[in-house]
Amino acid sequence: MRKGILKRIGLFALTIPVWLFIFMPVAWLIISSISTRAELLSTPMHWIPQSPTLKNYIDILTPGTTTSEVARTFKITMMNSMLVATLVTVICLLIGSLAAYALVRIHFPYREAMLVVILGTRMIPEISLVIPLYVVASQLRILNTPVVLIITYLCFALPFSIWLLAAFFETIPSELEDTARIDGASRMRTLFQIILPISAPGLVSTALFIFLLCWDEFFFALIFTSTIRAKTVPVAIAEFTGRYAVDITAMMTGGVLAAIPPVLLALLFQRYIVRGLTAGAVKG
Amino acid sequence: MLAVEGLLTLPGHIMITQLRSHRLTLRQRDAIIGLMFVLPSLIILALVVLQPILSTLYLSFFDASLGVAASRTFLGFGNYLSLVKEPLFWQTIGRTLYFTIVSVGLELVLGIAIAQLIHSHPPGWRALRTSLIIPWAIPTIVNGAMWRWIYNADYGALNGLLSQLGMIDKYVPWLIDPQRAMNLVILADIWHSVPFIALIIQAALASLPTEIEEAAAVDGANAWQRFWFIRLPLLRSAILVALIIRTVEAFRVFDIIYVITNGGPAFGTITISFLTYLESFSYGHIGRGSALSFLISFFTLVMAIIYIRILYRPEETRA
Repeated sequence: MRKGILKRIGLFALTIPVWLFIFMPVAWLIISSISTRAELLSTPMHWIPQSPTLKNYIDILTPGTTTSEVARTFKITMMNSMLVATLVTVICLLIGSLAAYALVRIHFPYREAMLVVILGTRMIPEISLVIPLYVVASQLRILNTPVVLIITYLCFALPFSIWLLAAFFETIPSELEDTARIDGASRMRTLFQIILPISAPGLVSTALFIFLLCWDEFFFALIFTSTIRAKTVPVAIAEFTGRYAVDITAMMTGGVLAAIPPVLLALLFQRYIVRGLTAGAVKG
Repeated sequence: MLAVEGLLTLPGHIMITQLRSHRLTLRQRDAIIGLMFVLPSLIILALVVLQPILSTLYLSFFDASLGVAASRTFLGFGNYLSLVKEPLFWQTIGRTLYFTIVSVGLELVLGIAIAQLIHSHPPGWRALRTSLIIPWAIPTIVNGAMWRWIYNADYGALNGLLSQLGMIDKYVPWLIDPQRAMNLVILADIWHSVPFIALIIQAALASLPTEIEEAAAVDGANAWQRFWFIRLPLLRSAILVALIIRTVEAFRVFDIIYVITNGGPAFGTITISFLTYLESFSYGHIGRGSALSFLISFFTLVMAIIYIRILYRPEETRA
């Protein structure tokens, strides 16, 4: 009995460094966002703000004239990110589930080759595609619009969704749909009335991962967007680190605001995230 | 866009008319439906992946710049040859490999250790597992910005903490030395990515059968032997997945370096992706940039093949 308690205490002691490692940086991020600049820049440094304030949040969320350009436009970039991530997610679920279903359940020529090619596109880095995409986008005059991000994000989001959905569809016993097929249901009906409802958890997982991937995306947004017409949150945060002075409170506050949607989604749908990870998920 | 719609409707139309005629067997009809289901995805991927990657390859044989009326001169393998001759290229490759090997190596060890710890169910393990999701879900750029602030030379939390603990006498300008800056970028990457590996491995651990280990324990295998000879081999496929994903990502690292050091000091933290970015979009040398980015794809592919060769065992030999 005694030995069991000692062992548990020992194990708990081992978790303390992990707890600290996870939460110390996050705590500092949040503390910085509710501190005044004067307090952050005071020496010797102290950890608990003496006069915590929500002013930084108010500055960003209800911008007045005194706040900096990037802080004033931060809300708009949040909306841009939301728009792009949501639309890419919807497109990928629609088009991706058609493809994933066919690749898993229907026999047609070159099926296996297609699956391998689609998985292989995961290995191609964005940077190997960006130059031609940039040239074409500028010819089509869609640079600096949300459209260019929605289209180009498909290069990583679509193969990813097909892969994940295929993994989920494969786990559904084919007897279920065979019955429906014998009764004369078309492939389309089978997909929408049998497969998709059963794989609702898989759809949720896939949607979450794609949304998070798009919310996180920085490189294409950096190259393809330049003004608040299409700029996304990661670009806005990178811009807080200006050439001369870093607007530290704005950067940390923006950081917290940018982290809230993905962190909340991931925590709320924790089960689906783990399910996605085990299905061979692909976000690092 | 018009061209895309044309592509979508025309063959579809022909296929549907063919479907209506009864010359096709049920199986053939099904195959056509299958192809039509895949077609939208294939068209999109052809436009946003296949065409660009081929253009990149094509461009890499030219002296081309980003300007509008850019003149292009065919160089053959000229871009590749001139890259290979430059010390900067090899330094960058070396640095990228350093980043990849050190960060992925440490992430794997720490990730497995944390997964193992959670799996032994210490008090609060569920809360710990949930908390792991937070660093993973925080956007890469936010993660970078956060660590950049922590590493700040004058007001950073790292200096504050270490000096209050008495470990340093005066504040250290952490990011002024390239090697140290690189290691600190790696630390930030570890914070973000260890949870990913830990979550994958923990899920795999939870699904392992316990009988083998129990039998081994009865036969007198100690905890370390059971971990090393039984558990680790059973985790092989989960480790392979984590390793491939992380290596591919680490090798193309860009975002976190852009925010924390912006490649500095004195190009001391530029990686191969960062060099490609500079060549293409700062200097406008899209020919050289294309050659570089094609090399990244190539290296990535080689690494994936090596991993699969080493770690993947077909079902028969696993036994």
